[in-house]
Parts: sequence; C-alpha cells; structure tokens
Amino acid sequence: MNIEEFRKKIDENGIKEVFNESVKISKERQKDVNAFVTIMDSFEKSSSLSKISNIPYALKDNFSTKGILTTASSNMLKDYIPVYDSTVYKKLKESGAILLGKTTLDELAMGGTGTTGHTGIVRNPIDTTRSISGSSSGSAAAVRMGVCPFAIGSDTGDSVRKPASYAGIVGFKPTYGRISRFGLFAFASSLDTVGIMATSVKDVAIVTDILKGKDENDMTSLDNDDEIYENLIEKDVKGLKLAYIEEICDEDNNKEIFNKIITSCETLGMTVEKVNMDKKLLEAVFAAYRTISCAETTSNNANLSGILFGPRAKGSTPDEIIFNSRTEGFSELIKRRFIMGSYVLRRENQEKLYLNACKIRRLIVDKTNEIFNKYDAIILPTTKDIAPKLEQEKEIINDKFSVLENHLDIANFGGYPSITIPSFEKDGMPLGVSIMCNIKKDALTLNIAHKLFEKLRGEENV
Amino acid sequence: MYNVTIGLEIHCELKTNSKVFSTGKNEYNDEANVNLSPVDLGFPGVLPVLNKEAVRKAILVSCALNSKISNKTKFDRKNYFYPDLPKGYQITQSREPFGTNGYLMIHVGEKEKKVLIHDLHLEEDTASLDHFNDYSLLNFNRAGVPLIEIVTEPCLNSSEEAISFLEELRNVIRYTGASDARSDRGEMRCDVNISLSKDETLGTKVEMKNINSFYNVKEAIEYEIKRQSELLDKGEKILQETRRFDSTDKKTYSMRSKVDSIDYKYFPEPNIPVLEIEEEYIKEIKDSLPKLPFERVKEYIEKYNLSRKDANTLVKEKEISDYFEKTISLGCSPKLVSNWITTKILGYLNKENIKINEFYLKEEYLHELISLIENEEITSQQAKEVFDYCLLEKKTPKEITKEKNIKASSNNEELQNIVNKVIEENPEVINDYKNGKERMLDYLVGQVMKYSKGTANPIKAKELMLKDLNS
Repeated sequence: MNIEEFRKKIDENGIKEVFNESVKISKERQKDVNAFVTIMDSFEKSSSLSKISNIPYALKDNFSTKGILTTASSNMLKDYIPVYDSTVYKKLKESGAILLGKTTLDELAMGGTGTTGHTGIVRNPIDTTRSISGSSSGSAAAVRMGVCPFAIGSDTGDSVRKPASYAGIVGFKPTYGRISRFGLFAFASSLDTVGIMATSVKDVAIVTDILKGKDENDMTSLDNDDEIYENLIEKDVKGLKLAYIEEICDEDNNKEIFNKIITSCETLGMTVEKVNMDKKLLEAVFAAYRTISCAETTSNNANLSGILFGPRAKGSTPDEIIFNSRTEGFSELIKRRFIMGSYVLRRENQEKLYLNACKIRRLIVDKTNEIFNKYDAIILPTTKDIAPKLEQEKEIINDKFSVLENHLDIANFGGYPSITIPSFEKDGMPLGVSIMCNIKKDALTLNIAHKLFEKLRGEENV
Repeated sequence: MYNVTIGLEIHCELKTNSKVFSTGKNEYNDEANVNLSPVDLGFPGVLPVLNKEAVRKAILVSCALNSKISNKTKFDRKNYFYPDLPKGYQITQSREPFGTNGYLMIHVGEKEKKVLIHDLHLEEDTASLDHFNDYSLLNFNRAGVPLIEIVTEPCLNSSEEAISFLEELRNVIRYTGASDARSDRGEMRCDVNISLSKDETLGTKVEMKNINSFYNVKEAIEYEIKRQSELLDKGEKILQETRRFDSTDKKTYSMRSKVDSIDYKYFPEPNIPVLEIEEEYIKEIKDSLPKLPFERVKEYIEKYNLSRKDANTLVKEKEISDYFEKTISLGCSPKLVSNWITTKILGYLNKENIKINEFYLKEEYLHELISLIENEEITSQQAKEVFDYCLLEKKTPKEITKEKNIKASSNNEELQNIVNKVIEENPEVINDYKNGKERMLDYLVGQVMKYSKGTANPIKAKELMLKDLNS
C-alpha cells in the first residue's frame, strides 16, 4: 500500500483506526517475521500539511530517537534510551509522520543477513522460510507487510537495497551526504547513507524531498540542491544512455529477466550498452569493502566500552573493565569485525591492508566515473537470484568473490545514488533491478527508476 | 659531559566560546559535568562539527610561529581505550596539520636562538580524571576543549633553553589572544623528549609526559640529564621509554618501554571533510597578528635604550607593553614611561589586583603627568603625589594639580631665599664641600627640596646652589 492509499484509508477510517490496525498486524507478525524491536503504542496527531502527515512509518533501530529505546539490535545497547533526536527522525516528526516502530537490524548494521540482531532472526514476510537479508531487515519487512507505506534504513554496502530487493519493494540510497547522518549510529562513516524504502519510486521521492538538505550537525551533508524530486520523476527519459557491466551480468542466474528489463528500457527510448570492467578489480570490491568498513567500525563503536555506554562488566582496572565489557557485550561476529578492523589499521599492516583497500576503492571509483562520462546511468541486476532459503544463507554469505553479490558496494565507494526497484518474480519471489547514477544526480536516478518501475508494472499487469 | 638534545611537545587549550567539535561550552572550571553536549560524551550517532574560531586561532598561532600554513588541512583519528576518552578515539591531525616548518626566535640570556617548530596541529582535549583510593571520578567539562599541540624539532640543548622557549611561547600565545596559556590551570602542558650523546648523533630518546609547570619541566630535564649521564658514565645503555615525572621527589619513573608503546592506529577522520584554507584568509590572519614580544624586547633595548630587565618586564603582558607603546607615541620619554610603569604602575596593579585595562590612568593621563614633569610644572616628587591623588579621586593629573594647587616652585626669588637659608644653616657642610666633598652638594639640594616641601625644581635648586657656593 502506498502513501496515497494510506491517506485514503485515513480519510475514510480515521488515523486512530489505521494506526491501530498497523500496530495489530505488526504485533501479530512479530512471531514469524520479527520486523520490530519496538512497536509504538500511541501516536500524536499532526496538523502538518505535508504529504506524509499522519502517515505511519518504520524507522531502523539505529536512528537516535529521544526518549525511545534505540538498541541497534545489539546487547550492548539493549537498554539504551537516547537523549537527542537524529536529524532524520526530527524531520519526519516535523512533517507529521507517525512513528509505528523501530525496526530490527543486523547487530550494529553489520552482517547483511537479518539473522544477527539481539532479538532474533528477521524473516521474509513473503515466505518466512526465506531470508530478507539486511541490515535494514525490519524496515524492508514492515513495508512489505503493508503496515506502513515507507520505512527508513541505512545503507553502508547494500543494507537498504538488498533487503528491499528481496522484499519486492523500492529501496533508495541517495548520494552520500544528501541526507544528514546526524543521529544515525555510525557503522562505517565514509560509506554510511540514510536510505528510504517504499512501495513506489514516487513515494521514495516524496520522502527524500522531506529528508534531504544541508544539516549544520553533519559536515559531510551536501548543500541543498533546490530540486523537488517528486516533480522531476515524470520527465521523459528518451535518449538517456544506460550501461550494464558485462562481467557482473555474466553471473546473473536470471539473464532472460534482465534482458526483458533492457527491452523495457529501450521501449522507453533509452539506449542500453554493454561496458566492461576489469574482473580483478570487481573481485576486489568485497575485500576493499570489508577492510575499510571494519577499520571504520572498530573505531566508531569504541564508545561502547562499558564506561559511558553498554553494560559495565567487572574488572579491577579501567582496562579490565573495558576489555570485559566489550568481550561480554558483543556477539562473536561483531568481535571478529572489530579485530579485523584493528588488524588492518595496525602500524605494520596499515600500508599493505588499509591503505591498499583505499587505493582499490579509488581505482573502482575512477573506473566508474569513466563510465559516467559516457553514460547517464548503470543498470544491473540487484542480486544474483531471489531471496535464499534461510538455511542456505550461510552458503550465500560465503560467496565472497561473486562480483554480482557485491557490486552494490560500488555506490557506497563513490557516494553514488543507487536505487533498486522490483522487476519480475521468479517462483513467487521478487527480483530487483538497480539503477546507479553519478553523484548528486539523485533526481535523474529517481526519474529513470520511476519510468522503468511504471513500465515494468504495466507489463506485469498485461 | 654529554651533548643534550631536547624536543618539546606543548599542549595548549584555546580560548573559544564552544568546544572544538560541539556546541558545548568551553569552560571546564565550572561545576563538574555541566558543560557538555551529546557530542562531547560520544553518544551513538553524534558527529563532530569543526569550530571556526578554533580553526582561526590555530592558524593565528601557526602564523605567529612563522609556520607554513596548509591550505588543505585534514583531521585524523587516534584510537585508544581509556575512560577519559568517551568516543574511544581522539580527533587530531597527523597527516596535514595547520602549520609546519615554523620557528620561534627566543632570548637565552643575552643570546638569541632560533627554535625550530616541526608542526602545530588542532585536536580535542580529554575528560579530566580525579583518582581516589578505590574509585575515580570523571569530569567531562574538559572533553572536547580545543587544544593545539606544538611540536618542536629536537633543537634545544639545556633546561635553560627549554624554559626560555616555553616562556617565549607562552607569551606569544597570549599576545595572539588564542589562549591565556596558564599552566596553573592546566591550560598549558608539556611533554619532554630528551637524549644524551657523546657526539653529534642523537642518543636514545626518553619521553616524559604531561608535565604541568615550567618549573617542573626544568626539574625533570635536570634530573634526566643527571640520571642518563650517570648511566652513560658507567657504560650502560639508555632505554627508549616513556617516563613519568614525580613532582614530590623530583625524580622520573619508568612508565612503559618502546616495546609496549601504544599503536594508535591513526586513520583519516571520515566525518570532517578536507578543509580548504584560502590564501586570502591566511593573509587576513597574518595581518591581524600583533607585534610579538621578541621583537618588542629588541626594539625597547636597541631603540629606547631600556635595560633588558625592564624590557622583559614590559613585554610580559601585551596590554602593559601596548600601554607603554601608546604612551610614548603620545610624546613621552621612553625611559620615563618605562620607569613609571615598572615602579609605580605595576606595583599599584599588583596591590589592587587589577588589570591595566581597569587602571584609571589611561595612556593620555600618564602622558599628561609626565609632560607636567618634563615641562617643569611639577617635580618628580610632586608627580608621585599627583599620581596617588588621581587614582584616589579618579581625576586627571591636570585637574589634581589645579585643585590642590600643586606646582613646582619656579619663583626664583622664593627659591633663592631657601637656598640662602640652607647655606646659612649649614656652614660645616659647606666647608666640607669646599674641601672637596662634592657629594655634599646633593645633601644641600636635598635640604632645599625639603624646605620647599618638594615644590622646588631640583635642577634649578642645584643651579642656584652651585652659583652661590662658587661665588
């Protein structure tokens, strides 16, 4: 259900009825889907005239909400109640949107499987034997369950786009800095981006219009672009030039579907050409991502030491207290990442590991920029296949050198806007297609995505 | 004897309204834990926002230290766990600091020395810790206070040079207005690196951390020179290590050796974009720099013939030095102004515990007072009286002399009468004088002054006295 349909329902039945129904369904599905860490039990009616006024939404549980439990799905923060509002939450509140709940994520937004949160596994609401991936697992599930027309996530590698794709909804990662990160619990600051999930590109554009803009609390936030994305999505896309990267598409399990999408693009008047990228470089995406993100996260989460934040363990010296608190507080997976991050930053390793990873990142971005010199956008399948069965998940995440499973990270490397929209279904499960444009071309990204989204939906209905 | 090589790392807190990366108030002497924001405490999700005033002041001091100013400055993270570091990392600069390759000219006794500055960078202070028997208390007021770290090259060769440098540096920082640089309030702290060697090569470096007063820096250096010399004399090796100076017994103690040295895992701070500093801005700051104490001392000695001691006294505080310069610019003898400041004025300020800008006698009035003396309208003796009245009654020297009818007696007849009287009353002294005891003249003039109650012009009195004695 999209924003407009929610609005209609609210007009017919009243806000209270609609909110209560969403709460009811959310609670009912906690058992099999587990989308939420916190479901709100009350709301404040807003007199705002914005497009999302009194519309319920879900917020990933790593956005700071004053007075409302914010756990980042980690035992370390299981009782943490923030004292300040994130910019995103503040803007949504000011626009009158109604917080339905805080959604489950992979612990501290690391992981990408939806299975590592401290409150348990998140399942795909379409088929609960399947993964929804992560880390914005609960946000994707909430939108898919229809309890809210949009949800907010965060995307460091693919954390909004991948779960959106598995849930058959739209997931948008805008240009780095387009939306303030102030109050978003940092995973890897140079990659972290606030993302939006909804059932249509139009709704994504509406919410992005509300959230974007310069924030004096975030030095990396971009200056206002003074565009209203919602008004620009209908622009004619005729003549736009798209490219797909052959080395990535080679791995696609559903080539015939991707070919159908290309045909749709061409019907819209866009051209789609094949480009090539060094396979070795693409294979290094995963390693570079791991290295950089682990390095940053080990530092970003050093505040969770049991001194000010996190349960304080016993110990006879400050060092011991910090050591024991962190040992007891974090899951094994998180500790592994911290150790990795710490390892690559060590004096003797930094040059070879961390700095080399930064160099690879630069090379990939340079190469991608070259493509953007000639093309308006890059179009690629979002994932190799439909959402895997949960028991297969282990296998999938070990698929480290799959260039198709890791290409979404490129958008975070370069700060590019990237969106996934649902394309066709296979075995009753959705597949997604991704559009990525050069930095600051958020409007163009949404424009292409919207046109293609409408086109594909038209074809589906035929 | 060994060659001593010393390098210093000085931390100095900047005077700004808010902290370096947050809107928290920069005032850590208030009640504990009141001046802080979520950013200072490292709450999950917070981001640093660079304080523009701290940036300006870091550049200002860099300029005062004749440094090359980076036009693309960057910040880095220094990672380590300690309870006084809420985020678990400190934002600092390791790759592209504000200033590099600077120097500071200092006076060491009568000699000049150029002290080379490796770099100046901006960072954040930690919380302060108070240790008790079985617990410690944290005060986060200091967390996030802007701090500049100034690193010298290893180019100092004695405790005397180190202290001269620190004093000069403190003065320079105060002149720029970047900080009060008071070590008694912890605003200025110093790490000392020291090595001894027989020849020109550098010996093994020993580091002493966080010494909180210049006096202790001196003690620590001297103790280390002694300790290391004794070891070297015995043919033993110096360990590369970090030592702690204990101010109670004035000795240093080993904290950790090189092998245990902390790896801070520096990496670029991702939340602060590269800061581009325009040439124009740098020029603007350079132009705003006041004349610095080294230059002033030189000028006072060479141009105004003041003693080094007086020159040093005058430049100790910029406001005093400015007061001096302004008064002489109004047309007074530098020597007289200097005397008035170093004796009467500083004494008065000290006694009243006020600053020169709270002092009633502005430069114009001191000029007025000195002019009265120079024009022989009042005597120096009277001037002191006028000075006291001015401060007491908050009136200008002219008003006081008018109201109290204070004036030098220039009436020759009256003065001649006094001279005659003194000659009459002191036949023996006059005899002595005539027999060659020339200093008796001063006594006689003194007597004239006494009879005139200080109103006589001593020069004139001397003139008349000489005339009579020689006639």
